[in-house]
Amino acid sequence: MEIFDTFFNMEVLLRAFPMLMKGLWVMLQLGLVSIVAGLILGLGLALVRLYAPRPAQLMARVYIDVFRSLPLLVLLIIVYYALPFVGLRLSPFWSAMSALTLVSGAYTAEIYRAGIQAIPHGQFEASAALGLSYRHTMVDVILPQAVKIVIPPLTNNSINVIKDTALASVVAMPDLLKQATQAQALAANPSPLIGAAVIYVMFLWPAVAAVSRLERRFGAGER
Amino acid sequence: MSGIVSIRNLRKSYGTFEALKGIDLDIAEGEVVCVVGPSGSGKSTLIRCINRLEDFARESTITVDGIPVQPGPALAKVRAEVGMVFQSFNLFPHLTVRRNVMLAPMRVRGTSTAEAADRADVLLRRVGIYEQADKYPAFLSGGQQQRVAIARALAMEPRVMLFDEPTSALDPEMVGEVLDVMKQLAGTGVTMIVVTHEMGFARQVADRVLFMDGGEVIETGPPEQIFSNPTEARTQYFLSAVLNH
Repeated sequence: MEIFDTFFNMEVLLRAFPMLMKGLWVMLQLGLVSIVAGLILGLGLALVRLYAPRPAQLMARVYIDVFRSLPLLVLLIIVYYALPFVGLRLSPFWSAMSALTLVSGAYTAEIYRAGIQAIPHGQFEASAALGLSYRHTMVDVILPQAVKIVIPPLTNNSINVIKDTALASVVAMPDLLKQATQAQALAANPSPLIGAAVIYVMFLWPAVAAVSRLERRFGAGER
Repeated sequence: MSGIVSIRNLRKSYGTFEALKGIDLDIAEGEVVCVVGPSGSGKSTLIRCINRLEDFARESTITVDGIPVQPGPALAKVRAEVGMVFQSFNLFPHLTVRRNVMLAPMRVRGTSTAEAADRADVLLRRVGIYEQADKYPAFLSGGQQQRVAIARALAMEPRVMLFDEPTSALDPEMVGEVLDVMKQLAGTGVTMIVVTHEMGFARQVADRVLFMDGGEVIETGPPEQIFSNPTEARTQYFLSAVLNH
């Protein structure tokens, strides 16, 4: 069985296993930090875009559009290879984390905005009529309702962030893909790459399935 | 006498359309005023200006309990004193009935949770919804939701209550239960301004009826005068259209 020896070589896989696990751990760290930072950045951007004075709104809009059109790989390479020329030298982890966060923030901002705009105007009016401040209107009335609407698309975006951590391998980040390519070079056998692919799928398939479930549940009308 | 609500030269336009053409109105403390008139006459716009859910022209002035209704920090104070009940209820769907009633006193007045809950239960009993206190609004009928909305507004202990067509979105069999709560409320001495198509309610409960058409107050007076003896042709025409069908 030539094909098994080439792609599913158990001996190679077992030897590569510790490296892959290290890579997995880096992927999770990088992914989770970037997701959380992106969620916070996105919420700030969405609120600025919706409610700040005109000039700030415009700036948020430009930011969101620029970072949604800029390829992540290009941004990552700029952060890692170009910024040192102006004296800003970030480690591979922080380079990857910044790039992922900047882009993810732009996408989540649009998701939050859509969620907030989906809340009926009457909710804002009822809050205003009761004398609630802007902050309380948002925190107690609007955001709790918007969160339900935005959870499926935000989960989707988080899956994308995790997948995009693979790009960090180009800035020498020892993430899952990087570890797999190194193991492949060491063993002169591509099985570790297949192993890495299997790990990505194993981690993200349940998340993808969860999105579908959430979409069905929240889409069912009760809000 | 300038009243608890005092409106001078109230004007509002949407583009070139004049929704309110200079209204002067004083409402005394404890008075129940019903505003009637054809749709598009500006009745809803009028009461939505009182807590400034609608902007109005700069030359217009409204004061509530002496406080000018203007954008700025004083507006929150006005809104805390003015309760509003909407046609479409606008309950907070993610909060239970009790929490709906508790939210504003806790956040605006700084009432403690326990005190707000006690007060909510008293109000919910008063509007006959206490049994549903732990349910979410979506599980209540329209009439029940509107009664919760009344309790929610009352929880702020407002000096003035605004009702914007509170029964217009209800199935006919639920109109009565909401009107009953409003009648009972009128008896407690709260100042009420009610935009309504329920002529029977206006006739029975109002101290004064305002007939509006085309952004103006056409005629105003005690209900028996407006309903039995209207002097303006437009009032006569409107009433004959709504009462004889």
